[in-house]
Amino acid sequence: MSEVVLELDGVVKRFADNEVLRGVSLKLHRHEVACLIGASGSGKSTLLRCANLLETIDGGSISLFGQPLGDKRIDPDLVRRHIGMVFQSFNLFPHLSVIDNILLGPVYALKRKRADAYDEALALLDRIGLRDRADEYPERLSGGQQQRVAIVRSLAMQPSLLLLDEVTSALDPTLVGEVLDLLTDLAHNGTTMLIATHEMNFARDVAQQIVFLEKGVLVEQGTPDQIFNHPREVATRKFLERVR
Amino acid sequence: MKLKTDVDSSDATPNLFAPRRRRLFVGKRGIAASSLSTAIVFGLIVSVLFVTPGGATVRYAFFNPHEMWVAWIGNPRIGLLAIRDGIFTNVWMFLVSEVLVLSLGISIAWIRFSQSPVFLPFRLLATLYTDILRGVPTLLVVMIVGYGLPTLNFGFLSHQSPAVYGVIALTLNYSAYVSEVIRAGIFSVPHGQLLAARSLGLTQTSTMRRVILPQAIRTVIPPLLNDFISLQKDTALVSILGAIEVTRAAQIFSATVFNESGLTVAALFFLALTIPMTRYTDRLMARDRARRLASS
Repeated sequence: MSEVVLELDGVVKRFADNEVLRGVSLKLHRHEVACLIGASGSGKSTLLRCANLLETIDGGSISLFGQPLGDKRIDPDLVRRHIGMVFQSFNLFPHLSVIDNILLGPVYALKRKRADAYDEALALLDRIGLRDRADEYPERLSGGQQQRVAIVRSLAMQPSLLLLDEVTSALDPTLVGEVLDLLTDLAHNGTTMLIATHEMNFARDVAQQIVFLEKGVLVEQGTPDQIFNHPREVATRKFLERVR
Repeated sequence: MKLKTDVDSSDATPNLFAPRRRRLFVGKRGIAASSLSTAIVFGLIVSVLFVTPGGATVRYAFFNPHEMWVAWIGNPRIGLLAIRDGIFTNVWMFLVSEVLVLSLGISIAWIRFSQSPVFLPFRLLATLYTDILRGVPTLLVVMIVGYGLPTLNFGFLSHQSPAVYGVIALTLNYSAYVSEVIRAGIFSVPHGQLLAARSLGLTQTSTMRRVILPQAIRTVIPPLLNDFISLQKDTALVSILGAIEVTRAAQIFSATVFNESGLTVAALFFLALTIPMTRYTDRLMARDRARRLASS
């Protein structure tokens, strides 16, 4: 098996009295796609944010390429430059054009020359068929287009790992397909991804690993075949029955 | 059982016409009605100058066209300053103050959001500053700065013209307000913007500069302009220090000629200054509202 990119070991996260993650452990290898499934409030989003150091953890450990992120000498900004994140609500920067949204990270975080990064950004837009919309503002794009721009915005940082937080949940059903197609494309090209999703068919198609969370507890994990066709746990079975 | 809330099951055609008395002011008659009511209301207000016992005196003392004209152009023979010569002082005072207020206001708001432990004393200072300067009347700040700095006897700080002290005082005072406005703007930027910027690996500072502040300032432009309108008017307070600006010239006029029409001229000057800005601010706010309605 190839190198371990991300490893969570007994991660605990509390918000005041509310324990959102109760000792979650998982490993993600290079070129692997893992899907987090579970009801809303099961801790999927929190887990992704902890991996990105957008939240601090209250127990356990997270490491990226074998380096423990809890170490005080770790620079969170450097960590985040290697981890891309895409949000449910796109979070494009409304005051910047599409191309400037994509260039913000390379230019101001990686300190690359704008002219150098520009062609790559255009190539990324070309890939999602939005090259001719480069100079428009995000509000002029449809939800699906915005979310695809958000995905390539994080790709522009050439991350080692992509975290996706229910990226199709805020979309009109007719626009879900174009975003999932892009993600499938990325998966086939070997992008390492940790995806929180409610799209079970998509998860079954792209993931090597399915992780089922319930109330902050990792109930069951395994291959799509194991989880979707032969779930061992009652909770998993019940959840899958409800979403089908 | 049939409830009152049930849908109308009768076959009657409902009458959709408004009652007669509410049809009175539609179309052309509406325009006539609004013109008439405007004329009556404004006429009543102006009539105060004509029906009150002291009306004639007030008309003579405040609205004497000849005296107003003299106040405007001055009269060097009797040592009367022209109000129009004071305009420049007001204008440069508020222009310079506005630039300084904006930069100081942004800096203070930024400091209050900073997280570095080294900045703790500055954060405390910024909080203290906004608390104090928002609580002290502008006139007092003008007086304290205008009389205090010269008394310090500290190099160039103590050898400036009253107008410069005025600018310092107004800047100190309005920066406190503006920093709060900008802070409100920063709070109004959705948290997702911060998350997105940080997850791209942008530092706290870059995030603030490239993502949060540009959006924050855009949303607070109308309230910011409101503060600037207020600042433009408050340049009048600097007259207390003896700066020869519009209000001071008007005061000198009334003290010399015993006619207050100069004050009216000064008031008209400030109106000419602020009304375009007020209209512009209103238009911006209306546009902002329209955009928000359109996007939801």
